[in-house]
Amino acid sequence: MAQPRVLVVGGGLAGLAASMRLAELGVDVDLMSLVPVKRSHSVCAQGGINSVNALTRQQGDNEWKHLDDTVYGGDFLQHQPPVKEMADWGPRIIDLMDRLGVPFNRTPEGFRDQRRFGGTLYKRTAFAGATTGQQLLYALDEQVRRFEVEGKIRKYEFWDFLSPVVDDSGRCRGAVCQDMVSMQFRSFAADAVILATGGCGLVYGRSTMSMVCTGSAVSRVYQAGAAYGNGEFIQVHPTAIPGADKLRLMSESARGEGGRVWVPRTPQDTRDPRTIPEAERFYFLEERYPKYMNLVPRDIATREIFDICTTDGLSVEKDRLCVYLDLTHIPKETLDRKLGGILDIYEKFQGVDPRTTPMKIFPAVHYSMGGLWVDYERSPTGGMLEGSPRNQQTSLPGLYAIGECDYQYHGANRLGANSLLSCIFSGLFCAAGVQASAGAKRAPAAESLYAAALRREEERHEALIQRRGGGENPYGIHHELGDLMTRVATVVRRNDQLAAAYDEVCALEERWRRCSLSDTGNWTNQNVVFTKSLGDMFPLAKLILKGALLRDECRGAHYKPDFEMPGIAATDPEGKRREAEEWCDRFEANTNKWLKSTIANHGADGHPQITYEDIDTSLIPPRPRLYGLVGGEVIEEVWRERLRAREVNGGQVATREVGVGAQS
Amino acid sequence: MIMKTDDHGGPTAARTIPVRVLRQDAPGQESYWERHDVPWEPNMNVISVLQKVAAIARSQDGRPVAPVAWDCNCLEEVCGSCTMLINGRTRMACSALVDRLLEEHPDGIELRPMSKFPVVRDLVVDRRRLFHSLQRVKAWVPVDDSFDHGPGPRISPEEQEEAYPLAECMSCGCCLEACPQFTRIETPKREGETDEQLAARRTAAFDQGFIGAHAVSQAVLFNKHPTGKMIADERMAALTGPGGIQMCGNAQNCVAVCPKHIPLTRSIARAGRSATLWALKKLFDR
Repeated sequence: MAQPRVLVVGGGLAGLAASMRLAELGVDVDLMSLVPVKRSHSVCAQGGINSVNALTRQQGDNEWKHLDDTVYGGDFLQHQPPVKEMADWGPRIIDLMDRLGVPFNRTPEGFRDQRRFGGTLYKRTAFAGATTGQQLLYALDEQVRRFEVEGKIRKYEFWDFLSPVVDDSGRCRGAVCQDMVSMQFRSFAADAVILATGGCGLVYGRSTMSMVCTGSAVSRVYQAGAAYGNGEFIQVHPTAIPGADKLRLMSESARGEGGRVWVPRTPQDTRDPRTIPEAERFYFLEERYPKYMNLVPRDIATREIFDICTTDGLSVEKDRLCVYLDLTHIPKETLDRKLGGILDIYEKFQGVDPRTTPMKIFPAVHYSMGGLWVDYERSPTGGMLEGSPRNQQTSLPGLYAIGECDYQYHGANRLGANSLLSCIFSGLFCAAGVQASAGAKRAPAAESLYAAALRREEERHEALIQRRGGGENPYGIHHELGDLMTRVATVVRRNDQLAAAYDEVCALEERWRRCSLSDTGNWTNQNVVFTKSLGDMFPLAKLILKGALLRDECRGAHYKPDFEMPGIAATDPEGKRREAEEWCDRFEANTNKWLKSTIANHGADGHPQITYEDIDTSLIPPRPRLYGLVGGEVIEEVWRERLRAREVNGGQVATREVGVGAQS
Repeated sequence: MIMKTDDHGGPTAARTIPVRVLRQDAPGQESYWERHDVPWEPNMNVISVLQKVAAIARSQDGRPVAPVAWDCNCLEEVCGSCTMLINGRTRMACSALVDRLLEEHPDGIELRPMSKFPVVRDLVVDRRRLFHSLQRVKAWVPVDDSFDHGPGPRISPEEQEEAYPLAECMSCGCCLEACPQFTRIETPKREGETDEQLAARRTAAFDQGFIGAHAVSQAVLFNKHPTGKMIADERMAALTGPGGIQMCGNAQNCVAVCPKHIPLTRSIARAGRSATLWALKKLFDR
């Protein structure tokens, strides 16, 4: 029998990790990417990668606590076995990356150094300067290059994945792709296809994501029948540098070192910020959160900055939403010593020295927690069973998804420094199961299947190229889509806006059908590649909006003020107690109703069909996230009593059945 | 002069940036200059200029034109995609700020593709040779496999601090564009040649060309790594073979244009010393 052949689409951390492991297992790999794999978006990750380590272990940390932090941070919206397996693999993954030559920062004794990140009490985060993602990616890129020389991996760089090839039984048998230089089409036969194509930030126009993060490959398999999970969960980072072309991250450490966030009390005050007197400045985070000041949790900071600009109309600039992040009161030497690297980035891209002039920042779309629905097989110990062909498999058999483009690991909100781990883990871990799936005996797919799929894509391309006279500009439509999505489906979500936006997206999609191309040639035509990917953003935008519209609650990154559960208003002990009981009743009711993954399937009419999937919370029972909530301590007390009572009654928290399409 | 300022020294609404782009429709075709007027906005970089050029899709005289093709991805100077010649200087388009460029050249902005790589289209060039050089010097740590064997070797902070700047090389190619010894290798497809034959001929041509500062520096990086150095001899063979370090003319342009300020000339000097020692060792081992 011929060697199994696997097509890996996407060459970021996940795609490279999977390619490397598959090649090692003796599987031939075709590795495809829109850009040379070394230029993938993983390079943008700065902070680090989480794992339990020798030091934290001796301080009481263990893999179970990493699991707990991850699911608590994700508001329990993820199946727990895969997260457990990821946490268990963490130490091995860091060791591996260390062996591959990643220049992790070192302690004086020569051990790997670790820093502390959000959502945990332990210093779990290993890092390599301010470019951890770049360094991890390069280490895997180098190993893949080694296999390339040996002929085990074949790279197809500057290629666009257009559609999966699906046989009559519903199994994915390969893909149709396009060379973006010669614009030639080709179908690739594959015993399994792995998508590792990252997030969909470009649906929001500008974000912290790279230009290849259009979500197009994911959208194309979704339109071909793969289910999509938790689309509405999009992480927004509170502080990014607005740019004409993209939004660049400004690390939280700027506030950690004393940075103050403010806006002029006079809307769009045109004075030089340095000349605006203290009394005319509104330090809104400090005024509203006297305890946490500028270091309120990430989601709260994001919401407040967003609201002060949109609802209160106090944006520093009229045409562009932003607030000041001010470091100018801190001595220059201190800034250089502690924040030099990130301040240089600001200066490099803004041309303004943040040591002497307040920075202008605004929240930005940063990460897609949702993604393609993927399966897993539970192991007897509550993790994932290695080697199972079900692991990371989408609802189309033979098609796998790993990294940011799956929905598996981060629930409703991702913890910092967990993304690099989930990417490498899912890539390495899936390989054995993919090998099993790819190596299984089955009749070869008919040549006509590939030919028909190829012809469909060629016809679609020709129709687009030859379309005349519509006059709509794809770049203009993308701009409008991004503005709309950013306005209604990021930080604060309201049902009337979401419903209206859904119709607007449909209208934009109609206008997209009338786009005229400014380049109708067949050589390195970036215009047609972009226009295609824009067309594939609408199905994703629709499932994000629909999922958000239907989900009437607040969970992680999904915040609907109309469904917020306020804290305790009473001040007397009895009243507090009563309200806490009521709060917990409501929390339990809400958990029963909404602790479910949103599953979108592409309907024949072009609209997403939404169902809900129960979640395996068998390892750690869901509990309220009470950070900063008034009366949180009383609620916590009541909640603990209830949990204890349940244990005494022998009532284990039920393990719910898992499967796509479970009834809501 | 199109740029004007209002009474307060700020820009007027009508302010535009004249942009000259050296275009080429495909390999082997003549290049030509095209002028675009791009509306000025605050905080623009060359990427946003090109995005506007694509969106407007008309030249300065109002003719409909195909958008200018260019490479980019991360837009934060860490992926290495968007290298081009901006006002004659090799650099990344994402970190080339329009207002700074206009301060230096008020007449406008001139964009050309890199000259040391074959043009694919407009500002897009074929940099496969750059990645091939990384294969030539075996720029990787030769681990047994990716299974669990415990942590990597202990490394002192000093060693890490030395390795990290070299590891930041993003394969942008600025050092190669600026290098007088690195000359363009172009292998247009011959009549009747198969893709495989073309690829073999291209690889053979690449193998004779100068490997370039970036690859020398990567060889130094991996020859210093405790596990990487286990195949140091193989890297030295590449560094001292055809197109090796002896081709460096010590112009030191590479280090001057590196956007990441990698100490490339230090790497070259170090590699040169190792190459001499290695050649002597080989001589006496015979």
